[in-house]
Amino acid sequence: MFDDRSPIYRQIAERIKADVLNETLKADEQVMSTNQYAAFYRINPATAAKAFQQLVDEGVLYKKRGIGMFISPDARDMLRARRKETFFGEVVDPMVAEARAIGIPLGDVINRIEELEGQ
Amino acid sequence: MRIDVQDLVLRYDTVTALDGLTFGLAGGKIYGLLGRNGSGKTSLLSILAAFRRQTAGSVRVDGRPVFENGAVTSRISLIRESGEAVDIGTAEEALSYAEWLRPDWDGDYARELMETFRIEPKKNVRSMSRGQRSAMGVVVGLASRAPLTMFDETYLGMDVPARRAFYDALLADYMAHPRTIIISTHLIEEVSPLFEEVLIIDRGRLVVHEETDALLSRGTSVTGPAERVETFTEGMTVLATERLGPTASAMVYGEFGEERRKRAAEAGLELGPVAMQDLFVHLTTAEGAR
Repeated sequence: MFDDRSPIYRQIAERIKADVLNETLKADEQVMSTNQYAAFYRINPATAAKAFQQLVDEGVLYKKRGIGMFISPDARDMLRARRKETFFGEVVDPMVAEARAIGIPLGDVINRIEELEGQ
Repeated sequence: MRIDVQDLVLRYDTVTALDGLTFGLAGGKIYGLLGRNGSGKTSLLSILAAFRRQTAGSVRVDGRPVFENGAVTSRISLIRESGEAVDIGTAEEALSYAEWLRPDWDGDYARELMETFRIEPKKNVRSMSRGQRSAMGVVVGLASRAPLTMFDETYLGMDVPARRAFYDALLADYMAHPRTIIISTHLIEEVSPLFEEVLIIDRGRLVVHEETDALLSRGTSVTGPAERVETFTEGMTVLATERLGPTASAMVYGEFGEERRKRAAEAGLELGPVAMQDLFVHLTTAEGAR
């Protein structure tokens, strides 16, 4: 379930963000409780709470006192905007570097992208 | 329950088991107590449970001394591998004894756990397998609902499904009935996700007491061309370095701020996390990290 490369709470936060982006979790939908996350992942509830707190700080979740955590109405738009900002630096640049390292001409990469666009 | 340990010393004849331990636990959390064999874990837990009296220093639970203080000790439960909490006739009889001893005992929950661990109520605890005796310890330890509950290596002989059932039950019951739980174990990778805070002791002294995430964030592996790794890590606390041909991987102990991360990226070095178990190994063997 986990890749062991980052703290569990960060991985949980990433999982929830991914679910928001692909619309598995929709605006104003309630997310599972800290305790449910803790039991599911077999982790301390304080660790799960940290993931939630991080998402509240980022504006992805909002808290309804005594009820639980919900997806912010603008969470998806916000995450999409943020991912767009980092897309070239974090996705395209490393891809180009990898293509260069293994000797794939950038023309081939561009062709592939154009091929995919046509589908 | 709040725990305050101050300058705690325990000596047996010529052996110093605890050598001036000082720490405070706010309580209401799951704590991991880690240490190598003979580091003093069992001695510490035995004093906390008032099974043994310290040579010097003080131990207070909710502000009160524990030794020969029945009002406090009925609310403290220590399950040791020696099994004295469960070696009382049949499994059923062991539960009756715990019920008589423990003011917060939950009999229904105990019977439910017995089924989870497939323990025969009429079976004599002494004739059970190692794993079943350990599971009996888990049943008594959890169903006691003691405000301070301690498990000292309560996993010996338990197979993977039984251990997983133990962790699931522990987490679920802790969330339903929050209390102070201390777990000592050698199965660090398996159990450490359950800990909110970790204490590491070595040779009777405290090496680390930190939140689990904070401790993990102190370990970083730096991997890349050996020379660059060496230059980059100069002046840092390097717990260990491994080399594979021209590549080196250094395990660094200490905070890694944005500036350091940037420098690592610029030098083409790869940063990664360090497992709790690796931190433990190096913090309890290397002198440099003390």
